[in-house]
Amino acid sequence: MKTLYEKILEDHLVVSESGKPDLIYIDLHLVHEVTSPQAFAALRSAGRSVRRPDLTFATADHAIPTRNRHLPIADKVAAAQIDALRRNCRDFGIQLFDLGSIEQGIVHVIGPELGLTRPGMTIVCGDSHTATHGAFGSLAFGIGTSEVEHVLATQTLPHGKSKNMLIRVNGKLQSGVTAKDLILTVINRIGTAGGTGYVIEYAGEAIRSMSMESRMTICNMSIEAGARAGLIAPDDITFEYLRGRRYSPAGEDWERAIEYWRTLRSDDDAGFDSCYEFDGSSISPTVTWGTSPEMSVPVDGCVPDPETITDETKRNAYIRALEYMELEPGTLITAIEIDTVFIGSCTNSRIGDLRAAASVIAGRKVSPRVRALVVPGSMQVKKQAEEEGLARIFTEAGFQWRDAGCSMCLAMNDDILSPGERCASTSNRNFEGRQGRGGRTHLVSPEMAAAAAIAGHFVDVREFSVNKALWKGL
Amino acid sequence: MERFVNFTGKCVAIYRANIDTDQIIPKQFLKSTERSGFGRYLFYDWRYNADGSPNSEFILNRPNYSDSTILLTGTNFGCGSSREHAPWSILDYGFRVIIAPGFADIFYNNCLKIGLLPIVLPENTVAGLAKKASSSDGLFLSVDLASQIITGQNFLEHFEIDPFRKDCLLKGLDEIGLTLEKEADIQRFEAARTSRFPFLNYPLA
Repeated sequence: MKTLYEKILEDHLVVSESGKPDLIYIDLHLVHEVTSPQAFAALRSAGRSVRRPDLTFATADHAIPTRNRHLPIADKVAAAQIDALRRNCRDFGIQLFDLGSIEQGIVHVIGPELGLTRPGMTIVCGDSHTATHGAFGSLAFGIGTSEVEHVLATQTLPHGKSKNMLIRVNGKLQSGVTAKDLILTVINRIGTAGGTGYVIEYAGEAIRSMSMESRMTICNMSIEAGARAGLIAPDDITFEYLRGRRYSPAGEDWERAIEYWRTLRSDDDAGFDSCYEFDGSSISPTVTWGTSPEMSVPVDGCVPDPETITDETKRNAYIRALEYMELEPGTLITAIEIDTVFIGSCTNSRIGDLRAAASVIAGRKVSPRVRALVVPGSMQVKKQAEEEGLARIFTEAGFQWRDAGCSMCLAMNDDILSPGERCASTSNRNFEGRQGRGGRTHLVSPEMAAAAAIAGHFVDVREFSVNKALWKGL
Repeated sequence: MERFVNFTGKCVAIYRANIDTDQIIPKQFLKSTERSGFGRYLFYDWRYNADGSPNSEFILNRPNYSDSTILLTGTNFGCGSSREHAPWSILDYGFRVIIAPGFADIFYNNCLKIGLLPIVLPENTVAGLAKKASSSDGLFLSVDLASQIITGQNFLEHFEIDPFRKDCLLKGLDEIGLTLEKEADIQRFEAARTSRFPFLNYPLA
């Protein structure tokens, strides 16, 4: 009668004292350049060490350039931050997947890719999209820098227990409808604070039939619904994904691991504090129109009219969002012209995402009005996409083909929108200024972003012919 | 961590739902390796025009609010990124208390770690306070953490806070120090973990 979340917590309980949050053990700590330097500095000044460098892995992803990597980093402040990461990893004995290595990439792409992420683990990182790793049935959540320091020093964290939410998605997604459309639809329904205080477990036929990459897209955006973590019980699809990866268990350990992993599911009679059901077959390709991930509509819909909203706070938010986005109520989504297309981010930059986008693009050209870039999630993904011929499809269509990093998802580097520029983006946040001051972000799936790049405005990808041979299924 | 016992200050209302961490501190200021000095970047895109001059329309740039120390705001404040730079910038600017109908989880946690007190009050109450703060009289509130009471002119309200977090704030406790006292428990856990889940440790690459 326990949920998956409760089972994982139980297996990680170090100390439980009344009147205090439980102390839980952390199996994997991922570190990047932006949220760690102050934590290492505090460790140094307190004369503390890193307790388990062998469970700590670092990479540079947030503020790094995605082109001309052979040159010194032009942004001096960003360069100093990366130097600090190198020094900290060297001094404290932490494995760093540095710029220039094939393992480098977005922290939430490389963790699973290297087999560092596994079912039943507790995983933290100073990044809210750590929720991604929950796709493997691990409890994974983002933490602030003070907590990064706590984990470095003690390999534990005080954990106030969250409530359990179940989101069941029945049926199957239609062709042309993706995990991204599903999670945007979920966020639209439960709201951007709907998951606050919860760990969300995703279940149902639509989830079970998804690839690991699609499951990662779902869990990744749990934070956009306010939940700290998303969870999907591991199954054969999970095990097959992990088999033979660089850090995956092998031999006898692999057998023992599988035996344990098979126990990692919520009991049939487990109690959830909140439950939602969705019909997967009724979900459409989805586009955000506003400045919060909950502000979305199906691609065949229109920009909503704030005057139809009765709640005053929400109505004001809609009015402000439309003003920022420079959109009129009633405008058809497919009539919205775009200037930029960004395919990348920890939400949608894995090989499956690139295959899906390439299947739409193959044999076509990017609209002359559009600047389009693809930023693979890791150097490994980049290499694989080049080997599969996807890179050529993108570049021949007019896309820029970059090195791995967070890039225009948060625009800490020079991949940035100009004021007023409108972007179809496969990333996770459409906040004001997220991709550059005054920039306007519409969140979509890789297929929808690809189709928009070709047409120069949003189109329903279901009406686009795709090259099925490239798609390979997700 | 800075202690928090009690505090009296002037309120300013930025009463809007879902103010995210990109609004609190935009990403271009996250490249610093320092922990201080982020106050000047707080609400940067709202506080400054594109040319870098102060936006006189923005409430924190109005003379009668420039010395505010209690922030009243809308629900789901601090949603988005886990960047601790967000609460750092609010504290560094001079705020000690944030009152809202709700906070994003990670942001709320981050505030408590640095001695910035996030207080949840019912939506109607915060809306009422925001109205008063925006009137010509302005609004001053006093917060007493030990008794969990907020008082002001014709105003008295109790607020909830986790008892452990409250204790840490009142005493300015070093949480890492507290955890390190559990060394024996951590070692015991690690031994059991290795024997029960040998596959959890990584092969040396």
